[in-house]
Amino acid sequence: MSITYLEAIREAQYEALRNDPSVFLYGQDIATFGGAFKATKNLSKEFPNRVFDAPISEDAMVGMAVGAAVEGARPIIEMQFADFSSIGFNQIVNQAATLFWRTNVPCPITIRMPSGGTAGSGPFHSQSMEAIYAHYPGLVIVTPATVEDAYWMLLDSVKLNDPVIFCEHKFLYYHLKADQIGDRELPIGKARIARPGRHATIVTYSAMVHEALRAAEELQLDGYQIEVVDLRSVKPMDTDTILASVARTGRLLALGEAFPWGGVTAEIIARVTTDGFHLLDAPPMRLNSKDTPIPYHPNLWKSHRPTTSTIAAALRRLLRN
Amino acid sequence: MLLSRVLEEKLGSLYRAGGRIVGGVYLGKGQEAFSAALGVQLRKGRDIYGPLIRDQAGRIAFGEPILDCVRTYLGAVTGPMRGRDGNIHRGRPKEGHLAMISHLGSLLSVVAGGLFARRLSGTLADSIGATSIGDGGTSTGAFHEGLNMAAVEKLPIIVSIANNQYAYSTPNTRQYACENLVDRAAGYGIEGVTVDATDLASCLKAFRAAADRARAGGGPQMIVGTLLRLAGHGEHDDASYIPDTKRQGASARDCLQVAEDFARDHGWMSSADLRELNEEVRRNVDQTVSKVSKEPAPDPFKENWQALSCAELVEGQHEA
Ligand SMILES: Cc1ncc(C[n+]2csc(CCOP(=O)(O)OP(=O)(O)O)c2C)c(N)n1
Ligand SMILES: [Mg+2]
Repeated sequence: MSITYLEAIREAQYEALRNDPSVFLYGQDIATFGGAFKATKNLSKEFPNRVFDAPISEDAMVGMAVGAAVEGARPIIEMQFADFSSIGFNQIVNQAATLFWRTNVPCPITIRMPSGGTAGSGPFHSQSMEAIYAHYPGLVIVTPATVEDAYWMLLDSVKLNDPVIFCEHKFLYYHLKADQIGDRELPIGKARIARPGRHATIVTYSAMVHEALRAAEELQLDGYQIEVVDLRSVKPMDTDTILASVARTGRLLALGEAFPWGGVTAEIIARVTTDGFHLLDAPPMRLNSKDTPIPYHPNLWKSHRPTTSTIAAALRRLLRN
Repeated sequence: MLLSRVLEEKLGSLYRAGGRIVGGVYLGKGQEAFSAALGVQLRKGRDIYGPLIRDQAGRIAFGEPILDCVRTYLGAVTGPMRGRDGNIHRGRPKEGHLAMISHLGSLLSVVAGGLFARRLSGTLADSIGATSIGDGGTSTGAFHEGLNMAAVEKLPIIVSIANNQYAYSTPNTRQYACENLVDRAAGYGIEGVTVDATDLASCLKAFRAAADRARAGGGPQMIVGTLLRLAGHGEHDDASYIPDTKRQGASARDCLQVAEDFARDHGWMSSADLRELNEEVRRNVDQTVSKVSKEPAPDPFKENWQALSCAELVEGQHEA
């Protein structure tokens, strides 16, 4: 028996619905059809009247979730693709994110965002939105990289009394498998050392964790031990774990799949250079996608995003400095 | 209506005097009848109300104490928004009074969501929701999305549209191209009626009927009120773009005057009664303002600066 990242997301929603009658699911094509990616397969059958098809209205979907949360519900909203959350942007950053601060009424909603690139998906079905939302106060942004985290962090997100942007990576949906879902290990807000090392640290999250691990394998052949930190949530960002890792290795590569301007990798560098400048033996490096929309053709797409080989090359430069 | 008018006049004069009110003042002058006629249909604690900029009268009718209004305008830490938000951006969501954000159109789906959740949890019973918008706000995508969703779910919600002919300085001709905004109701598959919003009696009838239909399972109810904004967009605005012909037209009737005449003509109140009521209301407003003026302003050193309810997830808590 094995379980994929996508199945873990379905299972977590099953558990959330089973554990708590105030949980309901709302999104496009998620009821009978089971969702564009089948992340809600059979849930409407197993939980009649708890899983609803929404009109193509991302703004209203999020607005309705906020209203429902005020009344004590814990809605899970599925965006069909993270990219379309731009239509619900206003409700996310202005309605949901400010509710608690303005009125003292918590806003326990979870917005699932199928994120990131896959070959052939093009500019509007490939985006990574985590940095945009992390910029706004009042939101929690989680970016699971493992099957366990997909499961446990989704359950934790639903229990959390704040709005959570749940960035699930489409590239991991089917590829990533685990034998079973183990025990819950870390809470939201804590990073994980995905691979210990002592010559350099890669800080990354989501699908890039796996590219980073492969690059670390490659560098191992040259005798370098690369530490990989999986952030798990980009907000809050576990600065302590990042700094402790940089203290061990003295070198930092901040890696992300999102666009290069600003964003999560810039935030990592800013924190390490302001709080841990003295720990660095070399200037820190960043690796992101290129600064263009995300291309359609696999040849272009593969060179747009960081890959094992571009990460390995970056590490070699970092280690030479 | 009268309390709303007097309160807003006071807020306007505080604004013009300077110093006390930080930020703008947005008045509902001329819209009190339309707003209050909706507010009185709603029961605080049972219905969900999402008022907007020009709904001071509706908020009072719903049961909001004017203390909440004055405290929010003056930024007092004792108010519901604790100085974190101001003026019309206030509410007590747990009492069914949602706190609008500025973004027009975005409150409709929130009211709808509250009703949706109640229906799910079996607590909807005969509660309804209501929200307001202006002619300009109907042009937003959020308004369309929210209304369409409410219609699809057949939620018991009243959508009140105050067509005061202007959105800030923009006239109706630059806002929409249909004959009458109420024509859109058919497109959403919902009920819609138009009412002379300067006439309290007509407004009361229209909103009562709409509330009854909504409670009886008739789905969303659109009510379009026609009137003219009798103030500037805010107190900073002299509304010089509204031509005199409009200012002298029928839609420029003052609903408060119309209502007072109606009460007098029906022998419900004498001129002396009205004068007395006026004085009582003024005293109430003055006392409230002077009480709030003595209340503490927010202290940045006591503010916790946390945007999340889960304190353990707030960043920077352990830093110097
Ligand atoms: C989405 C959005 N865009 C712009 C504004 C700025 N704004 C505030 S009120 C207003 C005019 C609103 O006109 P209308 O909806 O007709 O209401 P009225 O002021 O006439 O009552 C504008 C443009 C806003 N609050 N929200
Ligand atoms: Mg208007």
